[in-house]
Amino acid sequence: MPRMSPDPLPSSIEDTQQRLLSLDYVADRQLATTLYLALKLQRPVFLEGEPGTGKTEIAKTLSALLGRPLIRLQCFEGLDLAGAAYEWNYARQMLEIRMAEAQGRVGNDLNRSLFSEAFLIKRALLQAIDPANPVAPVLLIDELDRADEPFEAFLLEVLSDFQITIPELGTVKAKEPPVVVLTSNRTREIHDAVKRRCLYHWVGYPDAARELQILQRRVPGAAPELARQIVAFVQSLRKLELYKLPGIAETIEWARALMELDTIVLDPQVLQDTLGVLLKYQDDIAQVQGAQALKLLDEVKRLAMAG
Amino acid sequence: MIPARPTPGRLAENVMHFARVLRHAGLPVGTDRVSLSLQALQVAGLHSKRELHDVLQTCLLDRVEHRELFDQAFELFWRDPDLMGRMRALLLPKVQLKPGAVPQPPENRRLGEALFPRQNEAPPPPDAPEETEIHAELTWNDREVLRKADFETMTADEWREARRLLARMHLLFEPLTTRRTQPATRPGRADWRATLAAMGRSGGEFTTLRWRQRRTQPAPLVLLADISGSMSRYSRMLLHFAHALGHAESRVESFVFGTRLTRTTRLLKSRDPDVAVSQVVNAVQDWSGGTRITQSLAAFNRRWARRVVPGNATVLIISDGLEHGDTQDLSFEMERLHKSCRRLVWLNPLLRFERFEPRAAGIKAMLPHCDAFLPAHNLQSLEQLAAVLSRPGTARTPR
Repeated sequence: MPRMSPDPLPSSIEDTQQRLLSLDYVADRQLATTLYLALKLQRPVFLEGEPGTGKTEIAKTLSALLGRPLIRLQCFEGLDLAGAAYEWNYARQMLEIRMAEAQGRVGNDLNRSLFSEAFLIKRALLQAIDPANPVAPVLLIDELDRADEPFEAFLLEVLSDFQITIPELGTVKAKEPPVVVLTSNRTREIHDAVKRRCLYHWVGYPDAARELQILQRRVPGAAPELARQIVAFVQSLRKLELYKLPGIAETIEWARALMELDTIVLDPQVLQDTLGVLLKYQDDIAQVQGAQALKLLDEVKRLAMAG
Repeated sequence: MIPARPTPGRLAENVMHFARVLRHAGLPVGTDRVSLSLQALQVAGLHSKRELHDVLQTCLLDRVEHRELFDQAFELFWRDPDLMGRMRALLLPKVQLKPGAVPQPPENRRLGEALFPRQNEAPPPPDAPEETEIHAELTWNDREVLRKADFETMTADEWREARRLLARMHLLFEPLTTRRTQPATRPGRADWRATLAAMGRSGGEFTTLRWRQRRTQPAPLVLLADISGSMSRYSRMLLHFAHALGHAESRVESFVFGTRLTRTTRLLKSRDPDVAVSQVVNAVQDWSGGTRITQSLAAFNRRWARRVVPGNATVLIISDGLEHGDTQDLSFEMERLHKSCRRLVWLNPLLRFERFEPRAAGIKAMLPHCDAFLPAHNLQSLEQLAAVLSRPGTARTPR
């Protein structure tokens, strides 16, 4: 297969991990394996995980890593073919009919010319597999669980054969398959038929070491001591029975907030004031606020002393 | 696509056997997944066991709940070279391990049965300690002494009755307008695609405008059924009810709870009601025991609500509400559940008694958060339930 991409594919799993790291994405080995295989086998990747664990970021990083454009399709309820794949340009078709009348063209011929590529409006899915693309792009189908079930059926053809069949026109097939990344927050189960066509990866919360690494790369200004405390605190929060655990996005956001407040070490007051950055449910905040927070904080400090 | 070339050694065969083991353990692993893993192994190379694990996990898994079972199976299957040798020799792995190699801690029972399916049939050999023992313990069973309810099979009449009832269930399945459209005859939204196609066919002559309208869909339903001791009279009927609902045209999720919460949606998927119900009976461990409504609801809210309750769902709780624990927490969990769904309907068998007053603390705690509170003692008779459900008052109270 002729290689058209500006940047070559990674040569091994280590290489994938290394190149993701150079773009400030700290991937664990399992994720690097999945991505490497997806690129090599030309399979879509299905990423499932809690909100704020860096699923969308993977697609963005991949697009930077490969030097390919990113085409993003944000899913929502009621998303249909016209919004996701293609639509006909009805206004232009009307004009064409008027012109045809003026020129005296009639019949089947007109119908064929009305539904030709010139009148097609390409949306994300069709753009991604357009044979005219100089480089196969990275297609991100974001938060698939937000779309309703009938939409998943539209995807099946794209995911397995990288093609879309337009009844009036025929089949459009990608010259080179795009790199497809699907994400889901798991607010509902995605149908097995979609999953079957993909490589599956569950994006979990990172462990302390990896979270610290991520934080240092994403918020380079944070003092090492503060970063360690932040990570230790968030890690201990995740051990609690909360309704919504803070993701890595919240950790980063919190670190930025603390830096804005010129915090050097965590103290109860600043914790009280900024808890809303980490926890997004009132019940969770109520549970953690006060004595519980102090206890966690003490533990974090004790660990820091010991470590 | 890279064709699966014959791999050196017996790797392909082993991967196939491993997939079979997973399939026996109940993981949905299709044959396409096996050939995908072989392709992947060629691409990724095979440098370490860790890598083999990562590659196989990526290719063979498709939901996170199965990861633990997968890891256990992987450890067991790819551990002992001698074990692998035996596996190769036999089509279905039937294994005798060395005495020291007894897996610790006991793995999932399903997995044990999948790895050693003939275990129970084999006569005990004279040197008994050589036989591997995989403890027949389900990992989620906390060793309670539990009674298994004796379920009769459903009669054909009851089944017909259930089907008939379903046809009258529109109140439970409130039609909701979706954002999808369908062709319509009455004016609404113009269907430009169809209109222009018609114009093109008729040579540019404008004939009629075509229309589309919003499609409606029955609201999804989530069923939470209490199967504790005080509800045991109704348990069987409840399950049949849940099964019948599960085959309606809408999305139905069902859960049962006594001392713990069990998701029964997939167990009830089988078309035959008796097979489906017996599957649930085998899987559920807390028949006719105590009730822990609060804990069960809390578990539901935390683990399941965001995954299985869409914002437009009807949640149907079937319970007598006799909770002995802390009713403040119960009230809190009910409120949270109420906030995450469109309407919350409570069916309570105690309501059959005339002049019933909600005096029990649990009932008092739950009641303010329900949109409708209905008697359900006649779950024994599906026909009577239908009448109850079609009564006015089941409709959602405006909020």
